[in-house]
Amino acid sequence: MERFIDTFFKPSVIASTWPKILDGMLVTVELALAVVISGLAVGLLLALIRTAQIRLVNAVIIVLVDVLRAVPPLVMVLIVYFGLPNVGLTLPSFAVLWLVLAAVLAAFGEEIFWAGILSVRRGQWDAARSTGLTFIDTLAFVVLPQTIRMVLPPLVNRTIAISKNTALGTVIGVPELLNQATTAVSFISNATPLSLAAIGYLIIFLPVVLLGSWLERRFAFRKA
Amino acid sequence: MKAATPILDIIGLRKSFGANEILKGIDLAVRAQETVFIIGPSGSGKSTLLRCCNRLEMPDSGTVRVDGVDLGHATTDINAMRRRIGMVFQSFNLYPHMKAIDNITLALRRVSKKSRTEAERIALAALEQVGLAEKSNAYPAELSGGQQQRVAIARALALEPKVMLFDEPTSALDPELVGSVLAVMSDMRRAGMTMVVVSHEMRFARDAADRVVFMDHGVIVEQGTPSEVFGQARHQRTRAFVSQLER
Repeated sequence: MERFIDTFFKPSVIASTWPKILDGMLVTVELALAVVISGLAVGLLLALIRTAQIRLVNAVIIVLVDVLRAVPPLVMVLIVYFGLPNVGLTLPSFAVLWLVLAAVLAAFGEEIFWAGILSVRRGQWDAARSTGLTFIDTLAFVVLPQTIRMVLPPLVNRTIAISKNTALGTVIGVPELLNQATTAVSFISNATPLSLAAIGYLIIFLPVVLLGSWLERRFAFRKA
Repeated sequence: MKAATPILDIIGLRKSFGANEILKGIDLAVRAQETVFIIGPSGSGKSTLLRCCNRLEMPDSGTVRVDGVDLGHATTDINAMRRRIGMVFQSFNLYPHMKAIDNITLALRRVSKKSRTEAERIALAALEQVGLAEKSNAYPAELSGGQQQRVAIARALALEPKVMLFDEPTSALDPELVGSVLAVMSDMRRAGMTMVVVSHEMRFARDAADRVVFMDHGVIVEQGTPSEVFGQARHQRTRAFVSQLER
């Protein structure tokens, strides 16, 4: 037991590393927020553009989305971070991670929103348009509110999964939570900072998980 | 007396889906305050005809005029016209995330540009008309099928349409709920609404229809008063179909 505590929760290490861990948590939260907000916004926008049914535009969106969903985020992070400088474009590591993860979330988000929009029955469009509502108003007031309710569970799951990829910042030197922890570990040869990091991730993401299931219940409605 | 100029004037209407010609040149004029029933076997083009009357379906050729306005004309504001053409669907199509009253106020506010209070006043009056004022705060899922359909009728009525299109309004209802919807339609007829009804409620058609139109394979086979079409149809196809209905 003593050895366990010494390995994972050594008091002296906790005392010396928690400020760094806290710094890392802050960066992780910032990064996750940026990824979630921009990723979901772009994902929704792409799904909305797709409703306009412009063949060429839709083909481009579909290819882009499939590529982004197929390639592991780590590969994209490495390619963008180590590849782009060779063509004269150097981005800060934070920006690289944000862009890649936001793009991946946008891709998955687009698919989820699109599936949700498609699942709203045609009769809803018919009814709205028959009262004179425009295409945009029908989307905004009739279709999207139903879409959001339907896609909330998969959307929340996917959003959490992709936000956790902020830990990839470790490989390109973003000072996020895992990076701070592994850096500390390499100096002191003790796993305690990693335990702290795990707790940090719990503190950040557990409320999001709970919020997700609360939202699901809050917005659930019986189908007419 | 019924006015002579048609509120709804359909001329030479054609519509195909792929190689399948659904409407093969339909001519039909509906006068103000007239109630016209359209009957016919499934696949005969009744629903498509209705859906062409408010451009939910785009006809391939032919003209639809509502209150003298050509719906297909380049300068016609179709959304402004659709307010004037109420439509009621087989599956009600209420917005499930909105209360009954909000189902009705949406178009009043977004299309007719009414204020919230004005829209709610109109919506309540419309709900009153269909006998559901006390259900204004209910969600569709909390209403029976008959009540949902009456809210759907109120949603169309609130926009003060010139003509109402009914696409099998009672087909999705349990038999005991059909009466309440038909009663509302009778009230509307008495109040002078112009109505085009796709329905197989024969008994109701006998009472309420000024004219019955029999469609088959994309053409109007024959039309006349209910007693003419149901009692002494000229065409064999009509007689065969009517006798099926009676069974």
